[in-house]
Amino acid sequence: MELIGLMFLALIFLMPLGANIYGRTRIRKLMITSAQTQSEESVKQHSLTAFHGLFMSMCVLLPALVIILCWLAFAPMVISSLLVSEISRLTGETDPRLLSIFVSKLEALYEGVLKAEFVEPEVRQALGYYSALIARANIFLYVVAIFTAIAGFVISARQISPRFAARDKVEVIIKRLMQLASGVAILTTIGIILSLAFEASRFFDVVPISEFLFGTHWSPQIAIREGQAGGSGAFGAIPLFAGTLMITFIAMLLAVPIGLMSAVYLSEYASKRLRNIAKPAIELLAGIPTVVYGFFAALFVAPFLRNNGSVIGLELSSESALAAGLVMGIMIIPFISSLSDDVINSVPQNLRDGASALGATQAETITQVILPAALPGIVSAILLAISRAIGETMIVVMAAGVAANLTANPFESVTTVTVQIVMLLVGDQEFDSAKTLAAFALGLVLFFVTLMLNVLALYIVRKYKEQYD
Amino acid sequence: MTDRSTQTAQSKHLKKRYRAEKRFKFFGLAAICSAAGILLVLIGGLTQMSIPAFTHHYVKLDIAIPETTIQAEQVTDPVAMRKVNWRGMVRKALRNEFPEVTDRSGKRAIGNLLSGGAGDAVRDKVLNDPTIIGSTVEVALPLSDDVDLLLKGLIDRSLLEENRVVSDRELTFIDHLEATGRIDRRIAWFLFTSGDSREAEMAGLRSAAVGTLLTMLVTLLFSFPLGVMAAIYLEEIAPKNRLTDLIEVNINNLAAVPSIVFGLLGLAVFINFFHLPRSAPLVGGMVLALMTLPTIIIATRAALAAVPPSIREAALGVGASPIQVIFHHVLPLAMPGILTGTIIGLAQAAGETAPLLMIGMMAFIVDTPMWINDKATVLPAQIYMWANNPERAFQAKTAAGIICLMVFLLLMNALAIYLRKKYEKRW
Repeated sequence: MELIGLMFLALIFLMPLGANIYGRTRIRKLMITSAQTQSEESVKQHSLTAFHGLFMSMCVLLPALVIILCWLAFAPMVISSLLVSEISRLTGETDPRLLSIFVSKLEALYEGVLKAEFVEPEVRQALGYYSALIARANIFLYVVAIFTAIAGFVISARQISPRFAARDKVEVIIKRLMQLASGVAILTTIGIILSLAFEASRFFDVVPISEFLFGTHWSPQIAIREGQAGGSGAFGAIPLFAGTLMITFIAMLLAVPIGLMSAVYLSEYASKRLRNIAKPAIELLAGIPTVVYGFFAALFVAPFLRNNGSVIGLELSSESALAAGLVMGIMIIPFISSLSDDVINSVPQNLRDGASALGATQAETITQVILPAALPGIVSAILLAISRAIGETMIVVMAAGVAANLTANPFESVTTVTVQIVMLLVGDQEFDSAKTLAAFALGLVLFFVTLMLNVLALYIVRKYKEQYD
Repeated sequence: MTDRSTQTAQSKHLKKRYRAEKRFKFFGLAAICSAAGILLVLIGGLTQMSIPAFTHHYVKLDIAIPETTIQAEQVTDPVAMRKVNWRGMVRKALRNEFPEVTDRSGKRAIGNLLSGGAGDAVRDKVLNDPTIIGSTVEVALPLSDDVDLLLKGLIDRSLLEENRVVSDRELTFIDHLEATGRIDRRIAWFLFTSGDSREAEMAGLRSAAVGTLLTMLVTLLFSFPLGVMAAIYLEEIAPKNRLTDLIEVNINNLAAVPSIVFGLLGLAVFINFFHLPRSAPLVGGMVLALMTLPTIIIATRAALAAVPPSIREAALGVGASPIQVIFHHVLPLAMPGILTGTIIGLAQAAGETAPLLMIGMMAFIVDTPMWINDKATVLPAQIYMWANNPERAFQAKTAAGIICLMVFLLLMNALAIYLRKKYEKRW
């Protein structure tokens, strides 16, 4: 089976190559015969030989690729729905949950992960059906794809002639492909919005939206069995929003002054040598993966704060908002500094010279001329940084708490929206429970808030940016 | 008011202004220094923490491999090899070092000194050279992680026995082995050559590293062609209209969407709607490709815009079609910039964890994934899992994993900078 698959793959990529060669030789032959039969100036080749070859290989490859992609996307869906109906016929079971368990057992059995003795006899019975189904589906794909490729070959080969505008056709195809590629960005956004909104709306069927947005109690443990103790399930997200805001606020408290001042110093005071060392060093901070910051927060900063806090008489939780916020601030520093650096550098030199000519010291020039001129850019940089901090996940997952705690004390442990998304979705769960759907509702809020911040940042720059010419 | 008093007032005012100037400059310098200091503490601290994980203690023992256990021609048969009690063999060999210990708890304590994977060392040796069967060979066996930590001085000997993971009796055994020169500190190659394990002394980065490479491959295959084609369209071909504007706004917004949202997208669309396999580099790579797409598009557009119009005009002037101008002239000239942007985007993706947690790439993977639809994990996720492991030895291990990841990312970025420096053209 593997071998056939590989041969198929090779064929799909060799056929366009062959078509290319065929197209080139065919147009050459046509030109030679036409030169022999007719007078010299009567027939001119419209497109270069290479374009005829290219046209043919595109006609062979592209339709077949579309077929393969469609199959890859939709075959698993079709196969699993067929399996469900087969298993429900065999077992007489109608509960979709049990059926999906049977299907995953069957898949594990087929892949050899699960041994046959752990599986119900009905499921074992279905194994033959399943492997036959997969084999048939594969062969169906191979036949259809190769048939389309051949059809493409035949149709395109008939068009090859000296007067055929192969170049124009090829260029149109290329342009269309590029258009499609740039459409992926829109598709992604639509995909994000649709998937989040769809799952979130299913969540809001169970939990009213007002309770989610304004409730102050969060404990997403749903009872698995009826009447189970301790599984009430409360989905009031206010503690999460409060925790996120507090950690973001702490991060900004650290990152804005340091980031802004280092940008100012680097662009206004620093010698070229210092600039050449310090700028890459700060950019290095930006390149560190967030999981590293998370580990740093959990293992260095939190114990450090707790030990020193107890010395001066402060009770710090080991998962305090302070530790997570400070480390998140460190992560944000390069973000703010490089964005503000760009903005400050774009303030024209004339303004600096003018201020100096009036007798201002450099600090006065900066605080009274340059920073006001750069203010819209800096504000938008800070907004972008806030949106980055709100959406940051790994640092808070590793350093902040899990329990939802509605408090204003930065020394206590709080939890954030992203932490809860991870906690709700990591591990094997059913996809349909309110618990997992809650993650999508949180994701929707997160997406919406960060989107608003980004749009606001863009708007501020557009509206208030000074135009110098 | 006399002249003199205005002068002093002025000079006072001036002094004040100069002091403010100095103060301001100092704040700037302090900001830079604190950023640099944080970087140093972070990298220095992690490096220092990781050092113990790069070495491990082994005990050199003479091990008799009797012919009754296995025949030389059976070595290639995995079933027969699995039947052999390698673990018992090494434990017996270590017990022979202490003939005076006869009680059961003592014997068990001796066995506990060795790593759970110590038997594999003998097995591998036999696999390499079947002729040693029937003879006695010296094999270096890995010690258990607690013993290793003790020998590295990371477990305090002076603690009371009940507060210490290594018992007093085990201490005497270890001291004896050390005194007879049997204990040897070696580079822990298993950190790079083995997959994940529950035992700290056997856990390595190999499966995660391969998972990262496979994921990056998928990301590259999806994001590079799509990103470059989209960028060419937007920069060179697209008419100025509402649709183009919409696409541009979209791309800028996607660049700022939190990465975890991409993970949710992958979970809802790729896994639950299209039923693609969970935990697979295929899905992980596709999610990361969507994430890096904006980076690549923005970098490519900048690189294309930097190619001067005179090149395009000259090509058009000698009769090239617009598409020929792009593919024969503009794109090759912009390639260094495009590659730099792509590598930086990939480096970002390689360090990303959160979206991969959503699609289950945090699984416990021992075997090296072979293809893009096998179950796999990636380096950052492996680090996250190790960081969550409460065992002491995993702390150093996590730091070592972080250092490896950062070296890998640094190399990628260095490659990008090298490409930019080498091929960058100033027009």
